[in-house]
Amino acid sequence: METTDLIFRIVLIVVIFAISLVVAMYSTYAERKVAAFFQDRIGPNRAGPWGILQPLADGGKMFLKEEIIPTNATGFLFIVGPSLAILTACIGSAVIPWGSAIQIGGRTFDLQVTDINVGVLYIFGVVSLGVYGIMIGGWASNNKYSLLGAIRAASQNISYEISMGLSIIALLMLTGTLSLKEIAEQQHGFAWNVWRQPLGFLLFLVCAFAETNRSPFDLPECETELVGGYHTEYSSMKLGFYLFAEYINMFISSAVMATLYWGGYNYPGMDWVAAQAGPTIAPLIGVVVLFGKIFFSIFFFMWVRWTIPRFRYDQLMDLGWKILIPLAITNIVLTGVISTLLK
Amino acid sequence: MSTFYFIAFLSIFFSILVISAKNPVHSILYLILTFFTFTIHYILLNAQFLAIVNFIVYMGAILVLFLYTLMLINLNKESEPVKPFMVKIAGVFGGGILAVAVASSLKLMGASNPVLLQNPDLGLVKNLGKVLFNEFLLPFEISSVLLLSAMVGAVLLATKEKEPKAA
Repeated sequence: METTDLIFRIVLIVVIFAISLVVAMYSTYAERKVAAFFQDRIGPNRAGPWGILQPLADGGKMFLKEEIIPTNATGFLFIVGPSLAILTACIGSAVIPWGSAIQIGGRTFDLQVTDINVGVLYIFGVVSLGVYGIMIGGWASNNKYSLLGAIRAASQNISYEISMGLSIIALLMLTGTLSLKEIAEQQHGFAWNVWRQPLGFLLFLVCAFAETNRSPFDLPECETELVGGYHTEYSSMKLGFYLFAEYINMFISSAVMATLYWGGYNYPGMDWVAAQAGPTIAPLIGVVVLFGKIFFSIFFFMWVRWTIPRFRYDQLMDLGWKILIPLAITNIVLTGVISTLLK
Repeated sequence: MSTFYFIAFLSIFFSILVISAKNPVHSILYLILTFFTFTIHYILLNAQFLAIVNFIVYMGAILVLFLYTLMLINLNKESEPVKPFMVKIAGVFGGGILAVAVASSLKLMGASNPVLLQNPDLGLVKNLGKVLFNEFLLPFEISSVLLLSAMVGAVLLATKEKEPKAA
């Protein structure tokens, strides 16, 4: 029992890790294709059929390029920066429930690496740790544009973490648990949290954009003002890690959003499907549904990036502190009042 | 138990690095590592909520602000203030007293009685929340009001110097 459980865990970890990396890799391809679609171009189409080998070519280029560490950079921290960025991006997936319990050969396994009872807070902690990769890298580069990018990243993350936390509090008031597994189970069928928390979801979405440094909140790497932002001095795979971390973050935050608000692996009519498909196949269909939601969400991230222009820095701060935080507090009060009245 | 000793060693090791590092930014980075070892201590004590809150609030927010400020100030050897002679004397004196205190406490050291928790699951979110909102509701609410007033006070201090009407 112990060994099979352990083996299943390890396999699950490896699979999730591989999936995150592959999704991140193909997000770069998807991003270029989506951008091309929005701008009425063709996009990458040389490497392989429809250009699907493009991410491999990009990766090979990143690995083979010359490693440059600037003379005045703080050598060790210069390497720690991107490593930390990719590390924090990868560990977020540990608490996400990828599907309901699956039965294989008479045994039941959870499709979740670990179900800690503070799962939501764990995600939150990992997100808040993510900024260190950017800050350390930006500071260690010893370049004023990098430093400015790093400082922007820090203040942006801290500002939006507050409204993100407040928007989650309203959700937690309804679910009554911090475990992502239980939150996903509560949304059985079509009882998704987004119907009960539309404003909370909207706030969370905006904050997720800001926390992943995606456009229109990509001020830390705003090339019209800061050359390349915090990764100005980076080249080869260290730059690749920063860009990669952004795509993994996008994947993880899409997964968190899908789990918290869009029902996770639940879908309407899942009981009927479960009765038809049996306890081994049905959870896998749930996983496919979850990935469908995640992919749509990633597409949404790209859609916004190629549609909405970047904010100015003061507008960003005003939005965070003067609009999102009051809205989030209003949302908490409204949720409290309504859920007490309906009880 | 050996995990505890290893983590405790790391805590002390990183705390010493915090005060011995020449570069203030390095010092903050060691402080982050120190707080990370504290988080592990809380997990070993089965206080998961405290662990994760320590992780989010101290490592994720407060130290980011520290780092942010230090990066802007850009302290280095040239701008380091030269300490007056009297301060050095005071430092030596203080250090000597600390050494005496440490030596005497080492001499009196014996195994203290371990505190036995009545409920080892007290640190889990559900139990902690029930205790906070039943037995300790008044102190909890008062401290939250205190924190809020501190925040309002900070905003007031920050905006005082500008135009009289707040923008």
